[in-house]
Amino acid sequence: MIFGKSLYCSFIIIACFFTVATAQNEAVATVDSVGQILPQPPGNIIVADHKYDNGGIIDIAWDRSPDDPLGIDGYNIYRACGDGDFEIVAFVLPGGMESYSFIDDKVERGESYRYKISVISSGGESFSESSVSVRGDWEFFDLDKLNILILGIIVCGSVIGFIFTARAGRKLFIRKISGLEALEEAVGRATEMGRPILFIPGILDMDDVQTLAAITILARVSRIVADYDSKIEMPVSRSLVMTTARETIKNSYLAAGRPDAYYDDMVHYVTDEQFGYVAAVNGIMVRDKPATCLYLGAFFAESLILAETGNYIGAIQIAGTARPGQLPFFVAACDYTLIGEELFAASAYLSGDPKQLGSLKGQDVGKFVAMAAMIIGTLAVTVVSAWQFKFFGWLSDLMYSMFSTN
Amino acid sequence: MGFWEQFGIWLAALFTIGIISFLYKDNVLYKACEAIFVGVSAGYWFVVYYWDMLYKKFYQQVTDPVNPEWYPWLGVILGVLMLTRLSNKIGWLSRWPLAFVVGATAGLYMMVYFVSNAIVQIQGTIVPLAEGTAGDIIANILVAAGTFCGLIYFFFSKEHRGAFGGAAKIGIWFLMITFGASFGYTVMSRMSLMIGRIDFLFGRWLELIP
Repeated sequence: MIFGKSLYCSFIIIACFFTVATAQNEAVATVDSVGQILPQPPGNIIVADHKYDNGGIIDIAWDRSPDDPLGIDGYNIYRACGDGDFEIVAFVLPGGMESYSFIDDKVERGESYRYKISVISSGGESFSESSVSVRGDWEFFDLDKLNILILGIIVCGSVIGFIFTARAGRKLFIRKISGLEALEEAVGRATEMGRPILFIPGILDMDDVQTLAAITILARVSRIVADYDSKIEMPVSRSLVMTTARETIKNSYLAAGRPDAYYDDMVHYVTDEQFGYVAAVNGIMVRDKPATCLYLGAFFAESLILAETGNYIGAIQIAGTARPGQLPFFVAACDYTLIGEELFAASAYLSGDPKQLGSLKGQDVGKFVAMAAMIIGTLAVTVVSAWQFKFFGWLSDLMYSMFSTN
Repeated sequence: MGFWEQFGIWLAALFTIGIISFLYKDNVLYKACEAIFVGVSAGYWFVVYYWDMLYKKFYQQVTDPVNPEWYPWLGVILGVLMLTRLSNKIGWLSRWPLAFVVGATAGLYMMVYFVSNAIVQIQGTIVPLAEGTAGDIIANILVAAGTFCGLIYFFFSKEHRGAFGGAAKIGIWFLMITFGASFGYTVMSRMSLMIGRIDFLFGRWLELIP
């Protein structure tokens, strides 16, 4: 029995010796007042003002505790404003990474903050040293987006330059767009048949650029309609579109010298509900049998339903949208389709307005820059991947940074 | 199954048949369904706009007892200006809110579209043409050539003639092949929608499908 107790005590002493020796060797494990072994605190706390923000963000990074991920519950992030006391602002779960980071977006611009990180385990909480004091500053320019500014200046500068050129009276060449050539013919056909023209401006509101383009084309179409003494019918699904379309058609009738022929009911609201609107437009199509159907704007699932019904009643159909998912249906079911940017080009082409023409030409400059960048960038990247030439490495880096969006 | 649930199923079935009957020809049942659908949906959206816009975004914010906001009044002023259309004398004021909406939208979306539709696309096209497997190389060449030729098609400052016209033609081929794939994909998803309605009619309504 005595031998047994001695053996047990010896074992405890040896165990304690090894525990202390290990602690001394690593020189990190600490024991709190009640004898619990505390986790080792994280190190290398780096605190910095977030780059290019409004001063309301501070970035914190730290190296993991040596006890991470086994044996710890997580990290507490403490913050002190100025010389004030520290308080917990966040808790981060351990993930076994070498280092961690946290974005504190709850700081006041112009105030200085200190941070410290604690690690928590069942044994207690160990604190890192307090960080240096960092102030959240406001930067007006985000220099990471300098490339976007340069590209924007190139494109917008070209647009402005071409607008001034057009205003100065120089003729700007725009190639023919076949769908538009058919527009006058389509209105003429409706006039000859004594049937109305149906204009559908899509189902989105005036805050969509496609609806804006559709309204510009509407100005031209309604002018031809007014000249030919034909009839236009325009059911819409948005109240703002209704108001804008009425204004546009009214102006066209006024410009054609026929304000008396205009009446508000040419444009009428149906419903905001997508398929309720489609059901109503389908009904109008089969009952009024328009000779020409124009679908210009933003469309969704209703595109094929409308175009098929138009096809069924034998109308000549011209469509235009920038929604790639709906273009196949218009291409399949309509006589002419304005694909993507052709819709926006159409409004410039038809109006002949210097601002729109200049904008279109300026965009062409943008496309030229894009094509040149693609050729140069692709060649540089290909050569670098095959032969590691230094110059091409520099060139490919330049291209990537020119078109990066970080 | 309770009376009201049964009633709802019958109503849904009759509306489904009414709308599908348009495939045969325009008829009274379709007209009735269309009128009910349009009327109900217009009323529904009125209620949605009232509670989401007028109540939540205006009334609740300006009457907040702790932190009442002032800026929702700007929206109300613009909204009231829209109503001036009802008067012949001051109807021209309704153009101001329209100009505000159009101008603000153009300004807000300009950079978004410029980044997402131009810069990101160009960056995605700058890829090595001789790296990876044969499949990767072919895919990268197709992406580069398709994007380049597609851009040429949408270049409006030059007539599509000669080599330029040839590249534009290749561009439109790329577009049409893409449209074809997209068409097939979407048609299949529409088929599944139709199967859903048939399943409802024969399953829940007629209970012919167990």
